Amino acid sequence: MNALIISAVLGVVMMFSSFLLNKRSTVRNIAIGGLLILLIINILEMNGVEFFNVNTRDMIAFDRFALLFNTIAIFSTLLYVLLSAKDMAKVGVYFADYLALIFFILCGVMLVSSFKSLLILFLGIEIISIPLYILTGSDKRNLKSNEAALKYFLLGTFSTGLMLMGIALIYGAQGSFYSVGISNIAGETPSALLIAGMLLLFFSMSFKVSAAPFHFWTPDVYDGAPTVFTSFMATIVKAAVFIAFIRLFDDAFGLLHLRWKLLVAIITALTLFVGNITAVFQQSVKRMLAYSSIAQAGFMMLSLYAMNAEAKEGLMLYVAAYSLATIGIFAVLIKMSDYTFDGFNGFAKHQPLLAATTTVFLLSLAGIPLTAGFLSKFYMLKAALGTGKHLWLVIVAVLMAAVSVYYYFRVIQAMYFKEGEKQPMEVSKSFKWTLVLLAALIILLGIFPNLLLSWLYF
Amino acid sequence: MIPVLLILIPLLTGLASFFIKNDKAARSWALFSSLLTVVVSVLAVTVLKENKYLAHQCDWMPALGASFSVKLDGMGQLLCLLTGIAYPLIFIGTWNSQYKNAKNFFALMLLAQAGLMGVFVAMDALLFYFFWELALIPVYFICSQWGGEKRIRVTFKFFIYTFLGSVLMLIGILYLQSQTPNDSFAIQDFYNLELTGKTESWIFWLFFIAFAIKMPIFPFHTWQPDAYEQSPTATTMVLSGIMVKMGLLGLLRWLLPVLPIASYSWGDVTMSLAITGIIYASLIAIRQDDIKRLVAYSSIAHIGLMCAAIFAENKSGTQGVMIQMFNHGINIIGLWIIVEIIEKRFGTRKMSELGGLAQKAPVMAIFFVIIALANIALPLTNAFAGEFLMFNGLLNAKSQYYLWFTVFAGLGIILAAVYTLNMIRKIFYGVTNEVTEAAQDLKLNEKLALGIIVALIFWIGVYPQAILNITDGISQTITEQTDLSELFKKK
Repeated sequence: MNALIISAVLGVVMMFSSFLLNKRSTVRNIAIGGLLILLIINILEMNGVEFFNVNTRDMIAFDRFALLFNTIAIFSTLLYVLLSAKDMAKVGVYFADYLALIFFILCGVMLVSSFKSLLILFLGIEIISIPLYILTGSDKRNLKSNEAALKYFLLGTFSTGLMLMGIALIYGAQGSFYSVGISNIAGETPSALLIAGMLLLFFSMSFKVSAAPFHFWTPDVYDGAPTVFTSFMATIVKAAVFIAFIRLFDDAFGLLHLRWKLLVAIITALTLFVGNITAVFQQSVKRMLAYSSIAQAGFMMLSLYAMNAEAKEGLMLYVAAYSLATIGIFAVLIKMSDYTFDGFNGFAKHQPLLAATTTVFLLSLAGIPLTAGFLSKFYMLKAALGTGKHLWLVIVAVLMAAVSVYYYFRVIQAMYFKEGEKQPMEVSKSFKWTLVLLAALIILLGIFPNLLLSWLYF
Repeated sequence: MIPVLLILIPLLTGLASFFIKNDKAARSWALFSSLLTVVVSVLAVTVLKENKYLAHQCDWMPALGASFSVKLDGMGQLLCLLTGIAYPLIFIGTWNSQYKNAKNFFALMLLAQAGLMGVFVAMDALLFYFFWELALIPVYFICSQWGGEKRIRVTFKFFIYTFLGSVLMLIGILYLQSQTPNDSFAIQDFYNLELTGKTESWIFWLFFIAFAIKMPIFPFHTWQPDAYEQSPTATTMVLSGIMVKMGLLGLLRWLLPVLPIASYSWGDVTMSLAITGIIYASLIAIRQDDIKRLVAYSSIAHIGLMCAAIFAENKSGTQGVMIQMFNHGINIIGLWIIVEIIEKRFGTRKMSELGGLAQKAPVMAIFFVIIALANIALPLTNAFAGEFLMFNGLLNAKSQYYLWFTVFAGLGIILAAVYTLNMIRKIFYGVTNEVTEAAQDLKLNEKLALGIIVALIFWIGVYPQAILNITDGISQTITEQTDLSELFKKK
């Protein structure tokens, strides 16, 4: 609860700072300070220190799962702002407003990670989505940005409509918005109304996490949106929606799992297949990363499929590993003037440190051992194997993991083994150190995942 | 203690090597590190071979059931010894080769050594998998950066191939772990598993494909000749001399004893593949003009024989494989050193462009002939003992087709003689031409490296028992673990 309220307040503070403060660096420092405060009070809450006591009528429950994810989300946002705030200022003139929107999105993230009632889920998803539509279109003079925003908005509202419909049907069937109430079907066969509502919710959530075949908006929106905001969209937001997804299906529809397991398995396989195979054929690194985010979503879907203790632990590790690595890569990508693979030619020679850290990020995304990416994939496979059914799904997953090596390593090849011109690039010391910190964290989590996961239990 | 040292020395010196400014110093540093490792690995087979020095275990990711458990059994001792000896030989033998950014080259070489050592000592499946990949990545970077013209494409193929194999193995490991009563990755728990024949079968293939790609076994070998040809020779030595042993060790330690039923029932298929590989690779080797490719194909043939002998599943065959793993490593590194010398001196690897070298460089010719003859297992050379034992093993194999396997494998030996003698003839005899006219004989460092190799060849050739003693215990254990009749008696 601490972080939720404070981040809403901080969002308002950022809005006012846009006309009260003239210097951008001050605005940026306030945002960074705000995020630090959020992080601290959220960790305090994990240790039992609560500042606010609001009666939410059990619609929100900040359990360890939610709190740990919120910590990861806030921490990732902090690193993201540290790395990319300067580039955010280049998108348009409303620098402070962008930061305000990011704080509002964080509010939504905290809602969806801790909801106990479908109303809160709906609210959270909307609080996340609306600022994202704005951020996508924030590069006002860029046609692609406008197109992306419109596309995102139209399809996004459509899926929101589906979600509302689903919630309404479920309410009709069960007479409750609460996860507990919905799952209360003891002994009876579930009504068709409930199943239809569940499917609608499933489809709309699949849309939000860009699972195939609901992924068509993703490449265009990620590609069209200003790269700084793509980074945020593809990592923290996506992770949050996944957490909501697994919470929803665990709490509310856990008992109905026989009815949706196969569907999830098919969607997972499809997502893995489409994401990875299409990523192979991309010429632009940004678009490749968009497809890779679909592919990674496919891997995260495995946790939804397995839905056991390992799956939840693994998802936590996965979102951390994936967010850190993707934020890092995007931070480097923003600095490049050429987004194609050839743009990375000879990068290692001109920017050895940046190239080395990018390599760590790519290795992690590809799932090479000693990085967090490996262990998170490992957890997912283990969880999926633990169900003992649908073994083909695991085989598809590892085959696709092998395919993903192809496109991630193309960047490494370009950086290290090809010759290229030096590109002008302004890189500050602190930027470099933050990247090194990110890479170090990824390797640390890859060797000692318990550093993160023990928080789930103690 | 010792296995930890064997991993840590190359790992730490390798990481330190990234920060050395001077290229010459990096070279000496790498040599120093490798000498340190060889001392430790020799200690492990001589003075400090008690169990308390050879094993180490501590917690690592307890939630997952993985522990940092390393141990040197006989096979581990032998392969670590091979890795230990091979590295200084490689560094000395290629002392004159120049590399751009030498510090990175040597750093990655040492990191690869750490990975290899880890694979040979790991007694925990997850740890084994970690090191399996760790050994691959530095090699990938070395080959892509310092290799020949087509290096990027070729190395990439190699990488994807092996990565695919290892992720398949990962599924197998995960499945086995889920079957253990206490969710552990420890090898002993894997040995104690009792699975049904059908389950064993599909896990068998998950593992076997990973190992077959690494060794490589026909038809998973297509990456190998290209990768050997395009890699810088020092790395080719690591790949062919040591890295292929990862696959063989995998079979002997992680496949046969864990899945004895499947290994027996699929034994005929795998042996047929291996034997097909022998004949196929030998025939191609005969047609090669490029020395590097010739040696690469001959390596496929040799590994094929070892793989077949492993699936013979008896002690003689297993002991033969053990000693042959060591011999093959030593011999092929010797061959590569001379290939590297020829390539550097004359700028070509084509046999048709060489000739008459024996007159100009007699010392090189002598060394080459000895090593080449050892490669085709002439008596009194090291490989003779190994091949003898392996053929003995094949003849006593439980398979009903054992005679066919033995005959075709024997045919491989004859073909090996054909291409090896042909190679000697084309390179060293005949008349000199303008390329070989101004040939120089060996330099001191080359003589030193080759001298050590030849000494080892003769020493093991005369007294193979030295090696066989090390691996006697483990071969016995593996044979017992894979013996199905014993298995059913227990039940």
